[in-house]
Amino acid sequence: MSGAFTITRGTRVSRILAVGAFAALAALACAPLWAQASSLNLLTQIFAYVALATMWNLLAGFSGLVSVGQQAYVGIGGYALFALTIVGGLHPLVALVAAGVIGGLIAIPVAGLLFRLRGAYFAIGSWVVAEVFRLLASQISSLGGGSGTSLPARIVTGMADGRQAREFMIYWTGLALVMVVLGLTILLLRSRWGLALRAIHHNELAARSNGVEVTRIKLLVYVVAGFGTAMAGALIFLQKLRISPDAAFSVNDWTAFVIFMAVIGGVGRIEGPIIGAILFFFLRQALSDLGSVYLMMLGLVAIVIMLRAPRGVAGWVADRFGFEPVPLERRLASSKPNIESKPESAHV
Amino acid sequence: MDWLNSILQGVLVGGLYAMFAAGLSLIFGVMRLVNIAHGDLVVMAAYLALVVTQALGMGPLASLLIIAPLMAVIGYGLQRWLLNRTLGDDLLPPLLVTFGLSVIIQNGLLEIFSPDSRKLQAGAIETATIPITPDLSIGVLPLVQFLVAVAMIGALQALFYRTAWGRAFRATSDDQSTVQLVGVDNRHVFGLAMGLSLAVISVAGVFLAVRSNFDPSMGPARLIFGFEAVIIGGLGNLWGTLAGGVVLGVAQAIGAKIDPGWQLLAGHLAFLIVLAVRPEGFFPKVQA
Repeated sequence: MSGAFTITRGTRVSRILAVGAFAALAALACAPLWAQASSLNLLTQIFAYVALATMWNLLAGFSGLVSVGQQAYVGIGGYALFALTIVGGLHPLVALVAAGVIGGLIAIPVAGLLFRLRGAYFAIGSWVVAEVFRLLASQISSLGGGSGTSLPARIVTGMADGRQAREFMIYWTGLALVMVVLGLTILLLRSRWGLALRAIHHNELAARSNGVEVTRIKLLVYVVAGFGTAMAGALIFLQKLRISPDAAFSVNDWTAFVIFMAVIGGVGRIEGPIIGAILFFFLRQALSDLGSVYLMMLGLVAIVIMLRAPRGVAGWVADRFGFEPVPLERRLASSKPNIESKPESAHV
Repeated sequence: MDWLNSILQGVLVGGLYAMFAAGLSLIFGVMRLVNIAHGDLVVMAAYLALVVTQALGMGPLASLLIIAPLMAVIGYGLQRWLLNRTLGDDLLPPLLVTFGLSVIIQNGLLEIFSPDSRKLQAGAIETATIPITPDLSIGVLPLVQFLVAVAMIGALQALFYRTAWGRAFRATSDDQSTVQLVGVDNRHVFGLAMGLSLAVISVAGVFLAVRSNFDPSMGPARLIFGFEAVIIGGLGNLWGTLAGGVVLGVAQAIGAKIDPGWQLLAGHLAFLIVLAVRPEGFFPKVQA
């Protein structure tokens, strides 16, 4: 029998979908050729939200760090972009990457404090930290204090030659950002740290006693999330051209919506936030005129999904049809076709 | 004398924060549930008080006779029909379901009552003061609020350590599966705990509504104040929540005295300093 089985990670579905994903990526990269400015604008917003939801999912879905305070890093990213371009004179794209680095650096001392809180208290603690940054931002008088500021025209026009070139640049930056964030997350989860994260997820005590450095790995994840979230924040406010503390550190816009996307898409699955973000934007286009009733419906849908299908759309599809679009675990596969064995561990 | 006055006000406001904290601490103690909608439920109680006082012409404090039992029933139902289904080893379901609940309550209040801020009128008691020295006086209402907080925490403490309910709460908290062997229905116990928490919340909501303006968006900040008081005081200690509330109230009062923009920031900083220096809080629960 030796030789009849091999260790693989990919599945037939995942290979077909990978080809599809590359085709979609190529189409998206060419979007400035076929799409209108308003569509590019909408797509950029979706990219930013996919990045935010992927980062939240990395924390909550894969690492057990449920945060309701990631708006802290959106705000930090946005404010860093404004400060670095207005005061520091950097090009917005350089400032965007630098904003990510700043977000990652700030995440280190914040983790030092927040990791003292366990579980659900970590969640609310993260919210307090976001409030602290919001209040601090409203004290920065050179960036408009509590009422905020706009990106000066010279910076906006100096970004690229003409309005259209600028719109294309922001769009491609968004696409690049979402690729970087997704790529980083998949690489991280497929590395030995990813294996350690899964071990922690299944049983933290057992992982610890097997020599997994739980705190260091969680710190790594938290810093990566700070980096990615701050870059997404910088992109969002580069697109909006205006920032204020309440908009930059909004719990509704940058955490409630993001959690909603991750939950309907599928917490703990790579493709979950992508599906969730697309569904969210469909709902928003259709229903946002309803105002607060629309928000109540989102809350209700999130509750029902959490109770009835806690693994979201992606999890439901995976369970029902055995799809594994982005496999993270290695599995034992027969080299003969049609006899694929079960994954070595059930994904919880 | 100005400073002493500010600090005194801070101490008295601390009573209100302790009420937010006691309800939060209670359900965490019994079933390890952190209710993200806690603050929004406080605001909902404030609006219920508004409706009851307007409809029946009662005073705000008297309206508690209706609101507290009503909120307790809502709490019991919420726990039995919704939140009990989320409890288990996984952290996410209870957090996300209560987060969804928070969004629903907030926007529901917005839809019914509009974003305008409201206030409950309590009559002459609002402006009455007790002079201590020519420069220093205590407002009767803040004092009543503080004393009610102390009495409430004393009552909760007695309930936990002197009654059959309290024994069931503590036993369920210690070991959920063993209590079922001795005939305790933990689903019912959890319902009772949530009912009690919402009764506590309703008192906090009425005082909030009498003390200052309120609007549908102010729930999350009340959750944060309560949470900070719990952590500063020490997890699992009811009297600790009072100390935590007072520390938070005083820190905010001192911050506001320095610069009005620093009021909230000073409170959060006090919390972060405690977290950095003494993460177990000032009065942690003694481990058996």
